[in-house]
Amino acid sequence: MPELTYREAVRNALADEMRADENVILMGEDVGAAGGVFKTTPGLQAEFGPERVRDTPISEEAFIGAALGAAITGMRPVAELMFADFIPVAMDQIVNQIAKHRYMSGGQFIVPITIRSAQGGGVGFGTQHSQTAENWLLNTPGLKVVLPGTPVDAYGLLRAAIRENNPVIVLEHKGLYNLKGEVPEDTGVLELGKARVMREGRHVTVVGAQLMVHRALEAAEALAKDGIDVEVIDLRTLAPLDTATILASIKKTGRLVIAEEAPHTSSWGGDLASLAADEGIYYLDAPVKRVNMGRAMFAYSEPLESLAIPSVTRITEAIRETAYAQ
Amino acid sequence: MVVINIPEPTVTVAPLDVDTRMAALRKMLEIRLTEERIQEMFLANLIRGTTHLCIGQEGVSTGVASVLRKGDTVTCTYRGHGHALALGMSVQAMIAEMMGKTSGCCHGKGGSMHMTDASIGLLGANAIVGAQLPIAVGAALTAKMKNTGAISVTFFGDAATNIGAFHESLNLASVWKLPVIFICENNRYGEYSPQHWTTPVENLSVRAAAYNMPGVTVDGQDMETVHAEFKVAAERARSGEGPTFLEMKTYRYLGHSRTDTGPYRPPGELDAWKERDPILLLKAKMIADGQLDEVEFAELRDATERYIAEVVEWARQEPYPTEADLLTDIFYEG
Ligand SMILES: Cc1ncc(C[n+]2csc(CCOP(=O)(O)OP(=O)(O)O)c2C)c(N)n1
Ligand SMILES: [Mg+2]
Repeated sequence: MPELTYREAVRNALADEMRADENVILMGEDVGAAGGVFKTTPGLQAEFGPERVRDTPISEEAFIGAALGAAITGMRPVAELMFADFIPVAMDQIVNQIAKHRYMSGGQFIVPITIRSAQGGGVGFGTQHSQTAENWLLNTPGLKVVLPGTPVDAYGLLRAAIRENNPVIVLEHKGLYNLKGEVPEDTGVLELGKARVMREGRHVTVVGAQLMVHRALEAAEALAKDGIDVEVIDLRTLAPLDTATILASIKKTGRLVIAEEAPHTSSWGGDLASLAADEGIYYLDAPVKRVNMGRAMFAYSEPLESLAIPSVTRITEAIRETAYAQ
Repeated sequence: MVVINIPEPTVTVAPLDVDTRMAALRKMLEIRLTEERIQEMFLANLIRGTTHLCIGQEGVSTGVASVLRKGDTVTCTYRGHGHALALGMSVQAMIAEMMGKTSGCCHGKGGSMHMTDASIGLLGANAIVGAQLPIAVGAALTAKMKNTGAISVTFFGDAATNIGAFHESLNLASVWKLPVIFICENNRYGEYSPQHWTTPVENLSVRAAAYNMPGVTVDGQDMETVHAEFKVAAERARSGEGPTFLEMKTYRYLGHSRTDTGPYRPPGELDAWKERDPILLLKAKMIADGQLDEVEFAELRDATERYIAEVVEWARQEPYPTEADLLTDIFYEG
């Protein structure tokens, strides 16, 4: 499978893990016969049958909780929450149950659950179907949170999530489903908790995930013409966070821009700024710059949504400012 | 209007054999006396936080456990000491857990509301009302997919039948035809609100009809009735016919938790329920059938009490977790 869309990569990862282990089951709304709202599961029910690929009622709390009950008794469920905006509907099961089950029992159980969900804006779905969800989850110990941004990562990190003996939330970006990219035949299972340097550079480090990484790469191309050499890091996994890769990059460039498709407050961008302050302060030659959605909401109207989500222009300007800051 | 509503023995069930009766009597005494001791320890500050006791409700957990087999699984609530002991958790593991000691069933990471023991099928006791129902549905899914013949049981309160997770779980279990048995312990109250303030139906079992599964109201004070009704549901589940909802009418003698004295109870209600105490009911039947006398009962009671006292003394000497345990069990590292 050389070139795949992000969507096909997700599907192939599911199919490969289901072939590898009969305990892997899928459940979610319309994931079976319909192949999923975002068409990430077509053909899986035909191949693996309706027992292993289950259409659920619209009962996020019940089927996410059922995934937990199945996981602690020997299955490896993959549950799809159609839109990440529906995560709060199942928040009790995710935060109070799934994340804590192993801990509260004193380590009696493994909890091999994968929850997949589609997040992110830019496609006009409006305020309740566009949000990014990672910050709602990162405040809870006991969860791993993965944000693949490319087809190869959508494939390899989802396989890793399904093999993980801990709860993993994989947030796919719905604006990237049609993105094409190389997925080498030998990709296999990638490692969670590792960032990827997408572009090496000497002057400024930009850290982001998903859509923001692609926009940062565009910004980097434009700035290269002006002699600004930008390093772009795709975090890929937010919990656990690959602090070593980030710190190594700041050490090299001395300048950090954090690009987030999320509101400013209580988000991982603040954690990265704090990491830079705590462990990277002596490397820094300029203030840490955060580019994010401020206090804005994901909006329906195209001009408003474009203003809310950091654009290539805004990221470019933030990098330029940081590059020249004294 | 004051509704006291004590279940009259509506069905006459076949008597259980003497060994099963004796085991149930011992178990109910163990639960009752352990919890009495827990209440004293709580008031003496030997147990932190809060504790929810099931004194008066022992017939339900004991009756259900008397039907379960190895491999069956259970989820229950913060009011779960009775379920845990009925399933076979040791008094040591429970008391040590209450005291936050390493030798507790969850190494001190659970506490009074989270008695859990995978080895006896107790998947977890939940402090979020209703959250244990979906988890039990999932355990039943495993049993069905792996064809183990096991059943999944979940215990919850009357007030929990008003939360979304209850309705979603019954619906999901029914459409997937899973071997799960929903057991509502209707003790007439949520925390301090009587059922008729919060719930527009009297017999909660009627709620099963909306999910196309049998719903039965059961006299939860008579352990033999509980056994008989649960057995029907268990056989139905094991033979692939799907879930059942059982409403066990019962009563808690103590407050909801901590130091609640139950000022919301209508006068006379508590005493009326104590007339149908699950331990005394079984004891009376056994005496009537020549299987027990008052002296034997008193001896059993005293021996159980002494044993629990020894366990408490032991648990007091047990070590607490240390800093080395702070970050363990969050993730499986392997
Ligand atoms: C979701 C949620 N809401 C509220 C509470 C607080 N609370 C704990 S127990 C309880 C009453 C539950 O009553 P019932 O379901 O009848 O069970 P019982 O305690 O009588 O066994 C309440 C309101 C909680 N723990 N979880
Ligand atoms: Mg109640």
